[in-house]
Amino acid sequence: MTTRLRTEVAIIGGGLMGSWTAYFLRRRGLSVALIDKGEIGAQSSGVNFGNLRLQGRHPGQIPLALRADAVWDRIVEHLGEACEFERGGHLYLAFDEAQMAKLGHMAEDMFRCGVPVKLLGAAGLRARWPWLGAGVAGASWSARDATANPRLVTPAVARAARRLGAEILSGTRVSAFAKDGERFRLATDRDLEIESDALVNTAGAWGPQIATVFGESAPVFAAGPPQFVTEPLPYFIGPSVQAADGRVIFRQVRRGNVVVAGYPRGASDPVANRAPVDPARTLAAMQSLVEAVPRLAGTSVIRVWSGIEGYLPDMLPVIGVSRTTRGLLHAFGFCGHGFQLGPGVGLTLAELLVDGGTSIPLSDFDIGRFAGEVAHDERLSREFDSASLAATGWSAAGKATLP
Amino acid sequence: MAEARRVLIVGAGPAGVAAAAVLAAHRQRPFLIDEGHAPGGQVYRRASAPVALDIKALFGSQVGKYERLHATFAGLAGSVEHRPRTLAWAVHERAVHTLAEGKAEVHPYDALILATGATDRLLPVPGWTLPGAYALGGAQTLLKDQGCLIGRRVVFCGSSPLLHLVALQYQAAGGEVAAVVDTTTTGAKLAAAPVLAANGFATLLRGLSYMAALRCKGVRIHHGTRLVAIEGETHVTGLRFRDRRGNEHRVEADAVAIGFGLRAETQLAELGGARLRYDSVFRQWLPDVDADGRCAPGLYAAGDGCAIGGADAAEESGQLAAYAALADLGIAAPNARMARLRAHVARLRRFQRGLAKAFDWPHSWPMDMPDQVILCRCENVTLGEVRATLREDIPPADVNRAKAFTRCGMGRCQGRFCGLALGELMAAETGTAHERTGWLRAQAPVKPVPVSTAFPS
Repeated sequence: MTTRLRTEVAIIGGGLMGSWTAYFLRRRGLSVALIDKGEIGAQSSGVNFGNLRLQGRHPGQIPLALRADAVWDRIVEHLGEACEFERGGHLYLAFDEAQMAKLGHMAEDMFRCGVPVKLLGAAGLRARWPWLGAGVAGASWSARDATANPRLVTPAVARAARRLGAEILSGTRVSAFAKDGERFRLATDRDLEIESDALVNTAGAWGPQIATVFGESAPVFAAGPPQFVTEPLPYFIGPSVQAADGRVIFRQVRRGNVVVAGYPRGASDPVANRAPVDPARTLAAMQSLVEAVPRLAGTSVIRVWSGIEGYLPDMLPVIGVSRTTRGLLHAFGFCGHGFQLGPGVGLTLAELLVDGGTSIPLSDFDIGRFAGEVAHDERLSREFDSASLAATGWSAAGKATLP
Repeated sequence: MAEARRVLIVGAGPAGVAAAAVLAAHRQRPFLIDEGHAPGGQVYRRASAPVALDIKALFGSQVGKYERLHATFAGLAGSVEHRPRTLAWAVHERAVHTLAEGKAEVHPYDALILATGATDRLLPVPGWTLPGAYALGGAQTLLKDQGCLIGRRVVFCGSSPLLHLVALQYQAAGGEVAAVVDTTTTGAKLAAAPVLAANGFATLLRGLSYMAALRCKGVRIHHGTRLVAIEGETHVTGLRFRDRRGNEHRVEADAVAIGFGLRAETQLAELGGARLRYDSVFRQWLPDVDADGRCAPGLYAAGDGCAIGGADAAEESGQLAAYAALADLGIAAPNARMARLRAHVARLRRFQRGLAKAFDWPHSWPMDMPDQVILCRCENVTLGEVRATLREDIPPADVNRAKAFTRCGMGRCQGRFCGLALGELMAAETGTAHERTGWLRAQAPVKPVPVSTAFPS
């Protein structure tokens, strides 16, 4: 017999965004069902690099990022566990003057937004982090940036939401959507029907499938960076470190392993649920790692993985209310930098639903922006391989077109 | 003649060498990649150290097969491209990625035959990570490869037909066998005897003769035991176990060899596109192959890495896989011979399935072991830590999630040695079928790769 579940808000997608939204909605007193076709936090929410980076973000995202940062600061109060949260700081490494100049502009932007970023020359840099490679010309330093363990965070958020009364429905695939007057009706593959006043689409790389049902679209492309981890070594690195040109990102966890991600990103397959890593990319990232930290040459890589992340041509997410359907909210396509934003997105969506508005500027993230021409971000050609970009169907002229 | 086809073989044990011989006989020039310094695999391993090993004493009645494999391989000189000491660390888009002497290479293939073999199946027992505690296969490898023993007075324990063979080999090499502590009952062995007799009478007799020879030499063999603990502070000093009546015993020993049969090395097959299927007798996930070893386009599996079957089945399944690869490349293969091989391999594997029942894997044991016992030795994860995760709200539904939450299986061995026990623990603790706990998905590198590895040119 089919069970009927009546809730004020149904959230589809039990990743980081969905879980934080469920948590904050419960804190505001709304009834919530969090639905996922698989496990909670199993996709890019669970396999991402774990950076909680403020510096270098799109300035329009900073208010949201700072709001998230305030939640991360009190993560133990919120979740009852720290999930390896640590403010170790973040370095962007420049390998030449042009990169250093770019970092300088970025630091000015950040200063205007209220994020202090310090520029360091080669000498100052090596005095503090003597293990950096000889090719490093300078860096920008943000002491406030942090990291956490993505494998632990999302399940912990979902547990906290459940303690507050949220209904967590993993292993539940929504098979049909309907809007009947003011109510959403969702059929699932589990003899369960859900009826809600509001619907939140936090389905990540699968987000456009839900948007399409309501006559909206976003040209999301699924990809993932090759990531790998070394065997554990005595702890020496400290901050999270990223080459300014994106070729390598690394950090050392307290356990001792060095976690590494390297570009270009490769296509992943959201249908087969697979994100294979080309071994040639692993080797390339290993070489970049040794250039940044020569002393890691003696260690071994023990594990490689990737994930299924949703990317958009302007490298900005979709966040906000639907243009077509009252009561529908979207938050997906975080372009590989959503981990830090999660709690900010959850708070903001809860405000939109409870208060009917928010002080956080969201216009840059409106789903309607894809109706016209959308510029490609310059990072696309740098951070993705040409084969995966060709597979997106985005036009080569640098303008996005709807698939 | 058409353009040369690139046929790759990974593993130079009986399956890989037999496949190479068939391919060479059909004027292909296979590329044979092997981690070992010489062909032979684990079973017909050749000593790497210049030690005077008495091969006849070591291999006993199997010495003929040992010599035949090495003679076959010697006869292939010039017709096989042999790459010893080479790790195949990934398979991606119809190419094998290798590592040898610090250099990475990429080898595209038209056909890839995986003869990756098996390792010991292990189970967490108090003290199993102490110095002096070795996997049974590891204890045998030390002897074959280096002429070394793991200790002066060794106790052999677990459930495996190899227990008795290795104990005899140790005794022949001058070691003292403290006892053989077999965890399976005589009843289980008797129950499996008809299947064993029907499918491999000579092998059954050989196994029985090992036991008789050990008894003859005064070695105590205990059946139907439960292991309590491998004892010692900084090194093994003994083994405690309960006999089938529940009475506790202690055996003094300075080393323990422990093994519970074999687990197939399936990671490369999975990376190459093979689907895995659950085998309820062996309680592990094996590549889903047809009768000839086909598991994905251009991908073949043979030997213990495909279905635990022993050395003879490995050899014949290696030949079959080679014929299948030839046929798929459009080179005529002998149909009648393939049919005979299929029937024989099937029979040998039925025998091994009988053995798996005679030497039962005590799969519910992890549930009974104390919390502080280490389950994942690479990451030092205890049974208690995994149990705590299973009791949490939103518990892991399969082994991959349990790995994500606890680090169990995340270390150097990538769960090759703890993965099966992790699944059994989850199944037993939560009352789910073992099959539903899944397998730890393979990712490259299947074994560690140095960061300094030089780029493929």
